Amino acid sequence: MTEYDAKKIGDLHRHLHSHMPSDPALRVKALESLAVEKGLVAQETIDTWVEMYAEKVGPKRGAKIVAQSWTDPAFRQRLLDDAGQAIKEFGYEGHATEHLKAVENTADTHNLVVCTLCSCYPFAVLGMSPIWYRSAAYRARAVKEPRAVLEEFGVTLGNDIKVRVWDSTAELRYLVIPERPAGTEGWDAERLAALVTRNAMIGTERDLQVT
Amino acid sequence: MHAPEDPLKPPSDHFAEPWQATILAMATALIREGHFTLTDWATALGNALARAETDGRPDTDETYFLAALDALEQLSERAGLTNAQRAERKADWEDAYLKTPHGQPVVLGQPEQGVG
Repeated sequence: MTEYDAKKIGDLHRHLHSHMPSDPALRVKALESLAVEKGLVAQETIDTWVEMYAEKVGPKRGAKIVAQSWTDPAFRQRLLDDAGQAIKEFGYEGHATEHLKAVENTADTHNLVVCTLCSCYPFAVLGMSPIWYRSAAYRARAVKEPRAVLEEFGVTLGNDIKVRVWDSTAELRYLVIPERPAGTEGWDAERLAALVTRNAMIGTERDLQVT
Repeated sequence: MHAPEDPLKPPSDHFAEPWQATILAMATALIREGHFTLTDWATALGNALARAETDGRPDTDETYFLAALDALEQLSERAGLTNAQRAERKADWEDAYLKTPHGQPVVLGQPEQGVG
């Protein structure tokens, strides 16, 4: 005889579908999709507003974290060991960063982050996600053909550079630590932070420009 | 918690979750399209925030945005989005999330997996 344990089944169900957005997120999705469908508002209008705030609020927090990791080896180690814990030193913890993993680019490795299912993203450190990150095309292609996607972002990788693609989940989100650009020796963390771009921390940019 | 000076600005310089940004984006767009006025929005949001305060909710951004969502739902009724429509659409989204295997984008009207 099989005994059914409703709680166990419920827990398993929730675990398997951990991408299920929160109740308010679903209420907003319902409103947004209905309003767009009925022609009350244009999707572009909503996206443009969000993008504007994405730039305004933007990824400054992530940039500070990356710059600190370049200048403070002990912090870098803590960041790589447990990013969710390490960023508490900046007071940046939030709902979406409890389980944050930092992955480092090296001379022979490049990291690229995607959320194939929806658009999980470390909002607390990178601000709003860019529109392309949420697009079906990026979500589908980043895993299947990461090098081609990177080419479209202007990143050409030699065959000697390995590409790692990280598929975000509701439980685990990723922050790419780009390589520190040459010619920045002696710079302090604040000056370095200005060089770090949002795309570099997602992995769609590799070589940061020294300005 | 009190009614903000500019009801279309986020309460802090940071959104904890994207749905919070979408609420303010939608309110802005619906006002621009003439479905309700800025005054309507300020009043509805102010009332929702007052209710949250009366209910003893914590004075946090989360409380703010939940109140903003209540206000947006209430005002969107005027634009023809009824409670029943919203409930049905929300259930559709839940269904789509449940039926979509990892590795595929979530879209509405997802067919049942493994059938056919």
